[in-house]
Amino acid sequence: MKNLIDLEKKINSELTTKINRTEIKHNQIYLETDKDDLIDVVLFLKTNNDTKFRQLIDITVVDYPENNQRFEVVYLFLSHEFNQRLILKYTIAENEIIPSITSIFPGANWMEREVFDMYGVSFKDHPDLRRILTDYGFEGHPLRKDFPLTGHTEVRYSEDQKKVINEPVKLEQNYRNFDYESPWEGTKYIKEELDNNDKKN
Amino acid sequence: MTKKIKNLNLNFGPQHPAAHGVLRLILELDGEVVEKADPHIGLLHRGTEKLIENKTYMQAVPYFDRLDYVAPMNQEHAFALATEKILEIDVPIRAQYIRVIFCEIGRILSHILNVTTQAMDVGALTPTLWGFEEREKLMGFYERVSGSRLHANYFRAGGVHQDLPQGLEEDIAEFCETFPKIINDLESLLTENRIFKQRNVDIGVVTKKDALDYSFSGVMIRGSGVPWDLRKSQPYDCYEQLDFKIPVGKNGDCYDRYLCRIEEMKESVSIIKQCLSKMEKGPIKSLDGKISPPSKKEIKQSMESLIHHFKLFTEGYRVPKDEIYTAVEAPKGEFGVYLISDGSNKPYKCKIRAPGFSHLQSMDYLIKGHMLADVPAVLGSLDIVFGEVDR
Repeated sequence: MKNLIDLEKKINSELTTKINRTEIKHNQIYLETDKDDLIDVVLFLKTNNDTKFRQLIDITVVDYPENNQRFEVVYLFLSHEFNQRLILKYTIAENEIIPSITSIFPGANWMEREVFDMYGVSFKDHPDLRRILTDYGFEGHPLRKDFPLTGHTEVRYSEDQKKVINEPVKLEQNYRNFDYESPWEGTKYIKEELDNNDKKN
Repeated sequence: MTKKIKNLNLNFGPQHPAAHGVLRLILELDGEVVEKADPHIGLLHRGTEKLIENKTYMQAVPYFDRLDYVAPMNQEHAFALATEKILEIDVPIRAQYIRVIFCEIGRILSHILNVTTQAMDVGALTPTLWGFEEREKLMGFYERVSGSRLHANYFRAGGVHQDLPQGLEEDIAEFCETFPKIINDLESLLTENRIFKQRNVDIGVVTKKDALDYSFSGVMIRGSGVPWDLRKSQPYDCYEQLDFKIPVGKNGDCYDRYLCRIEEMKESVSIIKQCLSKMEKGPIKSLDGKISPPSKKEIKQSMESLIHHFKLFTEGYRVPKDEIYTAVEAPKGEFGVYLISDGSNKPYKCKIRAPGFSHLQSMDYLIKGHMLADVPAVLGSLDIVFGEVDR
């Protein structure tokens, strides 16, 4: 489909209950679905002749620790034929296992490994689910909002043991998070006066 | 008597000159034939995305220089565009031209490095020496405009940090005159070179379908014959007004990718020339005082400017709640930023989509059945820089 609005209609009419919400903004289409419908939706988007989202751009997760459904899984797709971008999302709770789409897009392999590494979200039927970016033997999931910016351990070479060792982080000075945000929004009356002047002129 | 034959496991890297950085490749060899390749990455992982979540929008820009550090400004561009789209601010036309010029300089920087080191990986040393002389000049332009040769920190949401210094436009124009000759020299050494062709033709072939399935972009997908370039298909800044061609390969092998890069450098030179001729004097950053800091002169004269300056460099500007994915055509492929803002002065999340990450993951598929000596050739043509793969 050439037009985003037609595409939105097409997706809604074909996938009906599998799509919870659609939205068009920034010249991209945003879909919300459920974990159980993921495979069907992705297969449809990839193979249907009116969608042809044949390239997976990225997979990521957004962490909202205060929500019940803590993680929002995000898939970014691109259709070369129609020059469109699509963002597919669904929410899951912590410790939920989600389906892997490596059988549909082989390129999803490392992206899912990265999500597993960074957020601790596990994938079902993934061929090779290992940590990818963090060190061998690393513990924790760094991109979760409750993981400290400095991490838990630091690495150094120990002259006594003649090897590289991990120790708890010791900071000479605690990480300082200044709150610069002020509610000050500037004076309104100047803008009003200017607007009034414009009207008068 | 039966002989027991066992495959050999070989550890390639992380300190190998042909690994283009810190890549550890575990290769399973049957004789000299590679059966399996398992890249171990993350040795340069710095947690860029986590750091950006803890910095204001303006403080986040320098982290983008440190991703693909051979073409720093192209990365900054993606982030600047993402914030601009959420903030809904316009970029003055001069700033757009300046940004395009420096993105194309970044493309040339990256392609020179890649083409010449790819040649070095297969045995040719001279192109590296010739090419790096040109890179030195280009990094000189970077320094003159931003103060540093590599980590520029020059693009801002709404434009660029400062206007071009006097005489830079002329010097870039002069470079555009002399550089095509250097490309020809490089080509005379490589394009028809028997050894270079033997090492690259029909090595690491990617079919159209696989290029799509493995999320390839940039030269990796164009080398396989897919005419896809974000500068043409989803133009950003002033690319729409410029006239340039997209070189496309035929066979999808290492040699075609090399040819694409050479042609792209020629196109980049022509883009820079067009920008220089079209560019006029004017503002170089958004005129919105809530986003662009005031000039030094204004700070000295007006209290309002002083307050704005103080607030911008402590609190920074706030970005309304929204989410957006923005991509640019970086030299290595589609570089994207998936930005989620929550109305505060710091991004809630900033996922960086690095092209090299997808390219490197296909290493196993690309190298299976090739000889051990082809590993550096394929790796070279993938154009991997670990700053962006590991983030």
